[in-house]
Formats: sequence, C-alpha cells, structure tokens
Amino acid sequence: MNPHEVSSKESTHMPTADGPQEQTDVAPDVSALGVREGRGHTVSLEDLHAYYGQQHAIKGIDLDFVANRVTAIIGPSGCGKSTMVRCINRMHEEIPGARAEGSVKLDDLDVYAPEVDVTAVRRLIGMVFQKPNPFPTMSVFDNVAAGIRLSGNSRGANLRDRVHGALRAVGLWDEVKSRLNQPGIGLSGGQQQRLCIARTVAVEPEVILMDEPCSALDPVATLKIEELIDELKERYTIVIVTHNMQQAARVADSTVFMLDGEVIEVGPTNDIFTKPRDERTERYVTGKFG
Amino acid sequence: MSITTLPQISAKRRRTDKVMRGSLVAGTVIALIPLILIIFYLLQKGLSTWSRSFFTTDPTGSFFGNPGGIRSAILGSLEIVALATIISIPIGIGVALYLTEYGKQSWFANTVRYFVDVMTGVPSIMFGLFIYIVLVTAHVGGVGFAAWKGAIALALLMLPIVVRSAEVVLLVVPSSLREAALALGAPRWRVVFRVVLPTAASGLVTGSLLAVARGMGETAPLLFTVSTAFGLTFNLSHQMNTMPFLIYNYIQSPRAVIQGLAWGAALTLVVIVLILNIIARAIAGRSRMT
Amino acid sequence: MEASATTVTGGRSVLERSPVARLPDRVLKWGLSALAAAILILIGYFFVRLLDESHGVFTKYGLSFVFGNNWDVSANIYHGAALLFGTIVTSAIALIIGVPVAVASALFISELCPRRARGPLSILVDLLAAVPSVVYGLWGVFVLCPHLLPAEKWFARTFSFIPWIGGGIPQLYNYFIAGLILAIMILPIVSAISREVIATVPPENKEAALALGATRWEMIRMTVLPYSRPGITGGAMLGLGRALGETIAVVLVIGAAPVIGHHLFSQGYSLAAVIANEFGEATGIHTSALFAAGTVLFVLTLIVNVIARWFVSRGAHGTRGTGATGMTIASAPAAEK
Repeated sequence: MNPHEVSSKESTHMPTADGPQEQTDVAPDVSALGVREGRGHTVSLEDLHAYYGQQHAIKGIDLDFVANRVTAIIGPSGCGKSTMVRCINRMHEEIPGARAEGSVKLDDLDVYAPEVDVTAVRRLIGMVFQKPNPFPTMSVFDNVAAGIRLSGNSRGANLRDRVHGALRAVGLWDEVKSRLNQPGIGLSGGQQQRLCIARTVAVEPEVILMDEPCSALDPVATLKIEELIDELKERYTIVIVTHNMQQAARVADSTVFMLDGEVIEVGPTNDIFTKPRDERTERYVTGKFG
Repeated sequence: MSITTLPQISAKRRRTDKVMRGSLVAGTVIALIPLILIIFYLLQKGLSTWSRSFFTTDPTGSFFGNPGGIRSAILGSLEIVALATIISIPIGIGVALYLTEYGKQSWFANTVRYFVDVMTGVPSIMFGLFIYIVLVTAHVGGVGFAAWKGAIALALLMLPIVVRSAEVVLLVVPSSLREAALALGAPRWRVVFRVVLPTAASGLVTGSLLAVARGMGETAPLLFTVSTAFGLTFNLSHQMNTMPFLIYNYIQSPRAVIQGLAWGAALTLVVIVLILNIIARAIAGRSRMT
Repeated sequence: MEASATTVTGGRSVLERSPVARLPDRVLKWGLSALAAAILILIGYFFVRLLDESHGVFTKYGLSFVFGNNWDVSANIYHGAALLFGTIVTSAIALIIGVPVAVASALFISELCPRRARGPLSILVDLLAAVPSVVYGLWGVFVLCPHLLPAEKWFARTFSFIPWIGGGIPQLYNYFIAGLILAIMILPIVSAISREVIATVPPENKEAALALGATRWEMIRMTVLPYSRPGITGGAMLGLGRALGETIAVVLVIGAAPVIGHHLFSQGYSLAAVIANEFGEATGIHTSALFAAGTVLFVLTLIVNVIARWFVSRGAHGTRGTGATGMTIASAPAAEK
C-alpha cells in the first residue's frame, strides 16, 4: 500500500488543505512507517528476579508475550507490574541499587547475556512512560528525530521522511504538520503522549512497552491512544501495564494478573475477566481489593 | 526471521561515550588538584615557621634583624572581624527579617533584594574605597586610618552575604508555625523573636559563620581603611595589624625568612577559615528543618 | 458608657490592644524597613561619591580615559586602556579555563559518580572558595609562577605561529598566571551553580533518552545540557563578575606593567590591581584617576552581575535562587576581588 494513500479507515470528516483549526479525527496509519519484512517477535521471561537493594520485588517470573499481540499486565499497586516491564528493556538497572537476574529473550536472544550492549537492547524494545515526556528543549520534529539521530545514519530527506512517517503512524500528522518547529511541550497532554509514541516508533523497535500510558490523560485522549495501540499491534509486540481494567478489556488480547511480585494468572483477556481460574484473580477483577 | 544477534551500536558512539565520560572525570580531578596543591604547600612551607614565638610575639618591623612573630596580626584580625560581625550580623538579619516578614513581594522589598544581590557582586576593594572617601579622608573621629573604619568596610562586604543566607533560612521556617503562633494571639514581634528566630537559629548561625570566614580572609577593604601596624593594640581608633595585610606585605619582601613567615601566617589564616567553615557545615548538617 | 463584658476601663474593647502594646510591633516594622531603606540609600550614596571623586579625570580626559593607552604616573597622564585590557584578558582566560572544568566537575558529580561520593566531592570543590585570595596570591607568586615558567616557555616556542598566544618571551609574572589563578577562584561558584541547575533536569526526560537507546553521554548531551544551559550560563557570568573584580591575587602575579602586553605571557595590569598598588601614594589627579578606574570596574561588574542573575533566574526555572542556590551565591566565600 502506498503509505501516502488515505487508508480506508479514515473517518468521513476529511480535513481539507485549509481546513478548520479544530482537527477532526485522522486515524493512525501504521503503514506510513513503510514496508517491513518478516514476522513479529516474541518476548519470553525465564525465571526473572528483580531487586531494589535487598528488597525482592520480582520473585521468579516465567512469561511469554505473543508476537503482534497486545498483552496487558494488571494488578494492585506495588505488585511489581512496572518493575517487571522495566526489566524487559533493562531500564530497571538504571535505578541505583537495583538489579535483575534471569533471562529475557527476544526471540532467541537473551538481552541479559553478558556480551549484550544495553543501549542496543533499548533500540529494539521501546518504552512509553506514564507521564508524557517530550524533550522540552526540542521542537516536535526534533523530538521524533531524536532517537533516529542517535544512530547517525539517517539524514536530510531520509530523516524527514521517517519523522513524517512516524507522525502519520500515530495519527498526529494533521495536528502538528504546521508546527513541526515549535516546542514539543506546547502540545496538549494527549498529543504529547502520541508524540512520545511517534518518537518511540521512529527508531523501528520490535517491541513496545507501555507503562500506564493513559493514566495522566483525559478520556478522549485515552481513547485515541487505545485506538492507536490497536493499529500498532499489526507491527509490534505490545506489553501494556494498566491499572484500568476496562482499558485492559478494550485493548488487550491477553492479560496477566500479578500480585506481590509473582504472576498469578495468564490468559485471554476475556477469560481473565469472565472466568478467572484463581480465586485471587477473581477477587481483584471484581473489585474486592486493589 | 527471528532475532539471533543484536545490532551493535557503532564503535564510534561507544568510543565517544568513553571519551566524554573520561573527560568529565578528568575535569573533576583537575578541579581538585589546586586544592590539594595549596594545602600541600601551605603545610610544607608554613608548618616549619610555627613556633611559640611565632604566635606570641609581634612583628618587629625591623629591616634586617629578627622579624618577630605574627601575634598582633592574629589579634588584630580577630578584633576587627569581631567588630564587623557585631555590626553586620544584626543588621543583616534585620533586613532579612524585613524581607520575609513584612516586605515579602512588595516592589520595595524586591528592590532591596535586587540591590542586595547586586552588592554581592561588588569588588571588595570598592568597599575600601568607599570608606576611604567617607571616613578616612574626612578624618572622622580625629584620625585617618583606624581599625573601626576597616571594620565598617568589612561589615559592608559581609552584609549582603548575611542578608541573602538569612533570608533563605527564614523562608524555610514553615508559615504554619507563624500562623499557629499568631492564631494564639501573639503579637507579631513576639512571633518573630520567640518562634521564627529560634527555629531558624542554626541556619542563621551557619550563614553568619560563613560570612565571618569571608571577612577574615579579605585584604582589599583593609588596605586604605586600617592600613597596618606592627605592634599589638586594642585601640580601635588606631591602625592595626591584620593577617591578610601582613601576608600581603610579607609576600613582597625580599627576605626569605619573611617570605617564610608569610607562609606560616597563611597557614594560620587558612586553618582559622577552615575551622569556621567546618563548624558552619556541622551546624547546618545537624539541623534539618524538613 | 456602661461597662460591658467586652470593654475594659477606658472604654476600649477587650479585642483591641492598647496603643502601648502595639508599639513594639510598630517599632519593629518601621525599624526594619528603615534598615532596608538604608541599604538602598547607602548604595546610591556610594555611587554618587564615587562619581564625584572621579569626575575630575573624566572631565579632563573624557572617553579617552577608557580607550586611550598611556598610563604614566610620573608624567601624570592617565589613559587606562591597558588596565581595561588586562582586566578583560585575565577574566577571559579565567572563563576559558575555569568554566569547562567547573561544568565537567558538576556533570560528573551529578550524573556519573556514585551517590555516596557526591557529598564529599561537592564539599571539596566548594572548599576552594574558602581559601582567601591573598593565600592564592602567595601560592601563585612562590609556586605557580616559577614552576610553570619552563612550561610557558615551551608553549610559547611550540605555538609561536598563533598570534598573541605564542611567540613571545614569557615573563615570570604575566596575564596567563593571573588568569589561571582566577580560573581556580571562580571554579567553586560556577560548579556549585551548575550542580544546582543540573539537579533540576526532570528525571523523566533522562529516562526517555536512555529508553531510546542513548549512551550515558548521549543522554547528558540530549537532555541535561540543553536544559541547564541558561542556568550554567548565569553561573559562568557570576564567575566572570568575580574574576573582573578580583584584586589581591591578581596584583601579585600580573606584573604591574601598565601596558597592553604583546602576548599571553607578558606582564600587564588590571583595573583592580592598579588601585591596590598605586592608591597608597597617589595624590591629586592620580587619585582621581584611580577612582575613575574604580568606577569603570564597578560599572562593568554591575552590568555583568545583572545579566548573570537574569540568566540564573531563567535557568532556575521559577525559583528566585532561594534554597541552596541562594545560600551558594551568598555564602560562597570566593576570596576577595
């Protein structure tokens, strides 16, 4: 498909060239990122342990994330959802005194293998954070380009195409195309978060981790992001941490329930919410605690 | 296609990272070298001049014979700085109190703040010149150079330091404390003296000690206000010897033994200043008002 | 008037305080306000007297006092371009050497070094500010000058192709040594302010950079440095202000030659140094000339400090410099100027 063709998913309110400032919905279009070869990639956790100093936060987790699917991680505060996810792209060890043991495999490659360069891991496994964090001193364009520029092998027209493609992919293009040079923090909260997602996909990762990406956003912005996640999974394997069970039900194919640093139950989202096997899962999803 | 090896980040990026981090380490080491060297030389050249007579006799001022000790300089410095402290600390804390308790953000208070800030940047020799114009040439008090005039010059130099640091400390006193006292019916002056000042006391002492340490080390304000003397005197209307002035003079002497005394006096001065700094930090460290 | 539960004798309500009881509050408030006002008056008065003492020379020479180059005490001619030149050159050297080292140390302490080492390292760097400037002068005269002379000679020979930097015959006392000592003296304040500012960089931005696959240095370059730039610039300018006004350390090592030196290692003079050296024996128009030098210096440091504080307030992103920055600026006892 020509990435510049309008996809059939576009809404009936098409913005014209001199359209109204108040943007109507332009759906995200992941094909704007160009053609990609090959299948998606799986992530497997094997006997993962994580510590904050002496505190044992993740107590031996074995988990598989299916390629090109969205997996939600739910559980009460403090159960270790964010910690576990941060172990996947090795951000956990950036905290002073924190460490992780075990293995996290991207397909066949263990990212914790001693010869692995941690910055290369993060190139392949991207992360979107709870609070939108565009770089405040950079323009919209530079924000998206930031990751691409790190590797230094993309310049000029090629760079521009990739940035524009990423913005189209997250459905932000029409809203920012006239202000690419303005500061990234000038956007609304929801737009900032989509900008951060554009920044993440611009470096072409294989997996995207999302740590409560909508908890700082209003419901309209949240829905836009959920729509985007649905689009993104065609291309990426997505893991999303959420404390909002309705969100998990809306976007996730599988759901993982965690408690106290351990995985209690994994399964198709529908099963987890309608016929959970474990009593603790049942108590959590019916709101009895957490 | 599954991932079996990670794309490596370029050797160039890795090298840049190493080189830049190395240069930051190098910069820090370079920053510390002067301190180490100064302490080393002070000890090496100054310690040997320390003796009983060094501290208990006055400089003789004689060109060829025994140069004497530095007693009058030590005591003179203590006298003058003590007077400067008595002048600057109460006034400085008073102005700071005005700024935090009464003036707050009024245009007048902000103007005062601004100019106090500006005063911290005035070259110290200017304070000496000012006092020279105002007090010395006019022979106020019947004399030209006098210790008390030098003390005023030092007080002017110390004043902005005291005001700034006192204001910082007073602002940290929680307003809830003030409000509680006022709500009990205490008049404002009581609140200031019974609640605010005691709570801020250790911070005020710290700031004052640092100002005193600064005052002890200054030479330029003394050059044309106190000048110097050889013998010991307790008469503040006379010229008086001071440590910085003595060191300044002795550096320019052709006699090696006098140059040696300069090192001994410098070591003494640095020890006094360091002790003041250490006490100030210890007091600040022990009281955490959070 | 009938007595009621809320009045005391004298007809005053219990709720009011007596005029006498209100007195201490009034006294305190107006007393403190008077003190604050007195400071403003003092500064104004100072400026007036300074101009007064120096106007003799300004009326005689006009602007050529500042831009003419001929400071001849014996002939009673006072054009101070050489002094201004020396002040600016030594301060420039101080900035070129001192600011990168200070910022490097600030970055290292804040971003790279282990947590436990941060406090001790910060204290060590700050201790440089506790050393009195006359001690710097002493150390400069007897240690730096003789020990660096061979290296200076080598440098001048090796880099003789660079105009003004190389090619001359290094003197024992020269601009470079003065600038070097000034660099050491401004290190603590620039480092302290830089550390303050760097600490305000939002951690989520640093995380985002790392999550994109940036190396540690790339993260610093992408997030820490751009965010801290205004504040660090302000800190550097405050350092500049200190360097401009430094008297005692400079006068001892600059060589006291009222000429515009031909190379980095030649003798020179500065506005502050000339005052320290010549004031004691000056009379008449000479004294006035020295006051005029003081005025020029005062105005220069004033302008630099005003600009510096504007930068720091921008860099502190909202705080006026209260908190530790206020303490730092106020109490860093950089040896005298």
